Amino acid sequence: MINCIKFKGLSYALILTITLLGFSCDKDEMDKAGPDPDAVYIQEDQTARPAINTVFNATSADKNMFNVTPPSQQSAAFATDFTSRLNALNPGYTQNALGLDDATFTGLLATDVLNVSTTGTTTFFDGTNVLTGRTLSDDVIDVELLLIFGGADGMANPGLTSDNVSSNDKAFSSTFPYLASPH
Amino acid sequence: MKFFKSKALWLVGCLAIAGVFVAADHIDAPAVSGGPTDITDLYVFQSPENSNNLVFAANIQGLLDPVTSATATFDPNSMLEFNIDNDGDNVEDLVIQCFYENDQLWVYGPAAPKTVGTQSRPITDADNISTSITAYNSTPSIAQGNGMKAFAGPRDDPFFFDFTQYTAILDGNATGFNNPGNDTFAGTNVLSTVVEVPKSMLGGSGTLNVWVEAKRK
Repeated sequence: MINCIKFKGLSYALILTITLLGFSCDKDEMDKAGPDPDAVYIQEDQTARPAINTVFNATSADKNMFNVTPPSQQSAAFATDFTSRLNALNPGYTQNALGLDDATFTGLLATDVLNVSTTGTTTFFDGTNVLTGRTLSDDVIDVELLLIFGGADGMANPGLTSDNVSSNDKAFSSTFPYLASPH
Repeated sequence: MKFFKSKALWLVGCLAIAGVFVAADHIDAPAVSGGPTDITDLYVFQSPENSNNLVFAANIQGLLDPVTSATATFDPNSMLEFNIDNDGDNVEDLVIQCFYENDQLWVYGPAAPKTVGTQSRPITDADNISTSITAYNSTPSIAQGNGMKAFAGPRDDPFFFDFTQYTAILDGNATGFNNPGNDTFAGTNVLSTVVEVPKSMLGGSGTLNVWVEAKRK
């Protein structure tokens, strides 16, 4: 008899725990399948300008840390390392085609946000407009290679300023969602 | 019946979150590389369909071959968050949150975040649009409402780069790029999320600062 009550009490406690666990995890999912307003999502990755983390952070620890540092705090934490990395990649760096010295250029890149125009052309670089967005067809890697290796007149290190891949392997669509269908 | 099913699923989900850590890779940023929160690229551009709109596109899980693409899925515990700074301080004033629950894409905002920074809670008071996540090689399923459009599903990776040769140069095994180069990302797919938004919903005075974050609960 006592054993039976004990067992019953235990199973009630178990049921209660399971119920509470279920409810604390989500209380709205019974009605609709949208997100739970009380859920907390923790950051694992972020990006803006192409390949910045890949190129300018040399160590795994820095790459991981960069991905979870808010942009407003990135320059203070990473600008010095970015400058060292730039000079390691191109020991002859003095200025690039934008007229930026090493600290100014990497100071700009260390705050990893994509500047986007809401009033005109949106492109990473199209020969006229610089850093006003990023379209699907922009050859962003050549722009970055040129700014890292090309020197003030863009003529230095000719073997390093273009990867000689200038377009995507599939045509983009002029209608939403614009990206090409999968292979 | 539906209630019990979804409840049981949620319980399993809770237990899984508590008990499992993400496996690490060693190619790029080890904490996320190759996983469902590994962002490959962000694109933000004026809509080719309507110059009053901006398009936000973010891709995850790069280098999917066609076979893998057919079964690749968004993690229902993850979200992608487009962050928009419209006053020049590099702190988000508006966010667009994308969720992937029950094979459905849910897009909330743009609206002010509940908190800024590396932790987010869903802005469920904001307007939302929703549609099915598009399956591999199916016609795109497009959510529409509030002047917005949204899509999630596998797409060709729009990125192109001779990454193999770049690595060879960095490793000291080559002195320059080849001509012609070889696109390391040719023939590969990504999981894309694309959201089109009227510029009038984004604020600012001509320039925005935008970045995208992958988060998981």
